[in-house]
Amino acid sequence: MLETDFITINVGPQHPSTHGGLHAETVLDGEHIVDLKVHLGYVHRSVEKIAESRTYTQFIPYNSRLDYLATHLPTMGYCQAVEKLLGISLPERAEYIRVIMAELSRIASHMLFIGSLAIDIGATTGLIYCFRDRERIMDMFEMTSGQRLISSYMRIGGFNEDLPEEFYPAVKSFLDDLPYMLDEYNNLLTGNEILQARLKNTGILSAEDAIAYGVSGPNLRASGVAYDIRKAEPYGIYDRFAFDIPVGQKGDNMDRFVVRIREIEESARIIRQALKDMPEGEIKAKVPRVIKPEKGKEVYHRIESSKGELGFYIVSDGGEKPYRLHVRAPSFINLGVLPLISRGGKLQDLIANIATLDPVLGEADR
Amino acid sequence: MKGAETFFVDLARAIVNGLENMGMSALGAEIILLIIKFACIAGIVTVNIIILIWLERKISGFIQLRLGPNRLGPWGVFQTIADAIKLLTKEDIIPSQTDKIIFRTAPIVFIIISLMLYVVLPFGDGMAIVDLNLGVLYFISVGSLGTIALLMAGWGSNNKWSLLGAMRSVAQMISYEIPLVFSLLAVVMIAGSLNMSDIVNAQDKIWFVFLQPVAFITYFIAATAELNRGPFDMPEAEQELTAGAYTEYSGMRWALFFLAEYTNLFAVSALTAIMFFGGFKGPFLPSWLWLPIKAYIIMLVFFWLKWTLPRIRMDHLMAFSWKVLIPVTLANLVVTGCVLHFLK
Repeated sequence: MLETDFITINVGPQHPSTHGGLHAETVLDGEHIVDLKVHLGYVHRSVEKIAESRTYTQFIPYNSRLDYLATHLPTMGYCQAVEKLLGISLPERAEYIRVIMAELSRIASHMLFIGSLAIDIGATTGLIYCFRDRERIMDMFEMTSGQRLISSYMRIGGFNEDLPEEFYPAVKSFLDDLPYMLDEYNNLLTGNEILQARLKNTGILSAEDAIAYGVSGPNLRASGVAYDIRKAEPYGIYDRFAFDIPVGQKGDNMDRFVVRIREIEESARIIRQALKDMPEGEIKAKVPRVIKPEKGKEVYHRIESSKGELGFYIVSDGGEKPYRLHVRAPSFINLGVLPLISRGGKLQDLIANIATLDPVLGEADR
Repeated sequence: MKGAETFFVDLARAIVNGLENMGMSALGAEIILLIIKFACIAGIVTVNIIILIWLERKISGFIQLRLGPNRLGPWGVFQTIADAIKLLTKEDIIPSQTDKIIFRTAPIVFIIISLMLYVVLPFGDGMAIVDLNLGVLYFISVGSLGTIALLMAGWGSNNKWSLLGAMRSVAQMISYEIPLVFSLLAVVMIAGSLNMSDIVNAQDKIWFVFLQPVAFITYFIAATAELNRGPFDMPEAEQELTAGAYTEYSGMRWALFFLAEYTNLFAVSALTAIMFFGGFKGPFLPSWLWLPIKAYIIMLVFFWLKWTLPRIRMDHLMAFSWKVLIPVTLANLVVTGCVLHFLK
């Protein structure tokens, strides 16, 4: 017998399918993964430290740079955390606009997930179809704030400007076309024999492991745990909407993929209800010009981001800047299970696992 | 029409006659003719690849709702030429830790092997460069040599990604060679010859794709795998292995691999046309136009597959070959043999 040896190979940080600066130090036995170590920090920008030298208002734009694929979700989380700290309640209309923007962000993020998963497993065309449709959401963001990817549209206490007139027909036609878009994805990807062979029974994450590792969001729901913060601990006005929590059975890659497609449908349902019920009126609450929360007051606010539980922990020392701000980043915690679900699989499964965990490295490294 | 049909054959005869009249021996004239033929093949292949690459980019653009190249010339037809100039003028980088001799020779070996495939293809009636009696066998055996070039590239690069890509390509080629040969064997059994011109002439009445549909399907799958094209593009697998065996290559050396792949693509498409779609036989047009037309149509299917399907997983790929394709092709061979025996 020839002597064989393991090879250690560095998947990333410079690698086509690591979604930014993820570095997975992989020990391979041929094509099989023996061990895996995840190294992070390649896009660390010390956002939490920056927060300590910015006023509460100045810090708003940094949030979009955490999860730049779902721009409004982290901004909403931060703004709501500060509002909770100050004890402000928002006008009705502002709450509805927030829900619409947040759910649009979720759809955009999940569409990008489908596209990047497709390209990671070699179906280049899937990416382009998803990007074509995501582009329409980006156009809507541009209408509201002039920015496409990292639009800081939300303010503490509501919005500075109302939704523009051209936004309504755009969002309506988008929602009308959404079923056809999803049909197209399903025909091109979900029903594909090769894709099913690659995603089914790979990267299995059991419900117990998911809970033990603190996994949240679609990854947790794919493992069969129906836990959604929008239902479990409704923030904003989410208790007014009727929507389902899609859950998977096995927690394999296919479940994580299908759960996200179904979440797009649920988000569309929420947006339809919000557009129907949205009242006219004020869009900004009365917020003091200089935000100075009480000394020693602290708050933890969590929202259901497209990646999982996104939490903001803010401590105030009575000044106009936060004393300490901590972000509970779902991508960071979800990445913790990557070695667990990849060990024993193939190298090609690792790429699919990274894609279905859907990490955003800007958020994981902060 | 008659003149167009035999234009190239007449031209070759005229050259030989002219050389002999100038006092050259018959052998010498034949050798010079062969050299001319090889030069023509090299020229045709190069021009053909320029068209092919442009076509693939246009078609992938069409499939992906893009425009594809559209800047240089009408519909961007000169894009490939511009790319070739760019690649030629790029700095020639050889990483310091590579095995230099193997690293340098690998792309040359690869392109030479893929050019050798063209020697036995009958481009028209009586227009094979060398009308080998073992044409099919020659084509398959030379075609499988390409693995060596990929292994050389992977080993010589001294890079783990390259090595993984090379190992994958060897495993894949060995597994898919067998169903490929078995599928072609069914055709050869009906035609009763390994000579490609004879096989084409045997399809006078009916194309073999109708007589051997199972063999055609298994052949087409195995050929896609042999060509390293999607969904079987394991050796490159850019999303997993960055660029597989080609990771360390750049500039013209990389371009040679790229050219060789397209050269292979056209050769295999032509082989498909010859074995299953009546080769150069067809109405109205001269025979030397029919083969390229058929080959191009087959190539469109290869493009379509590549730009639609995800990449298959390595172990599924091997299992599919050994557990599905080989039994099916073997059964097909047995059935073909029985039917032929009782028809006699």
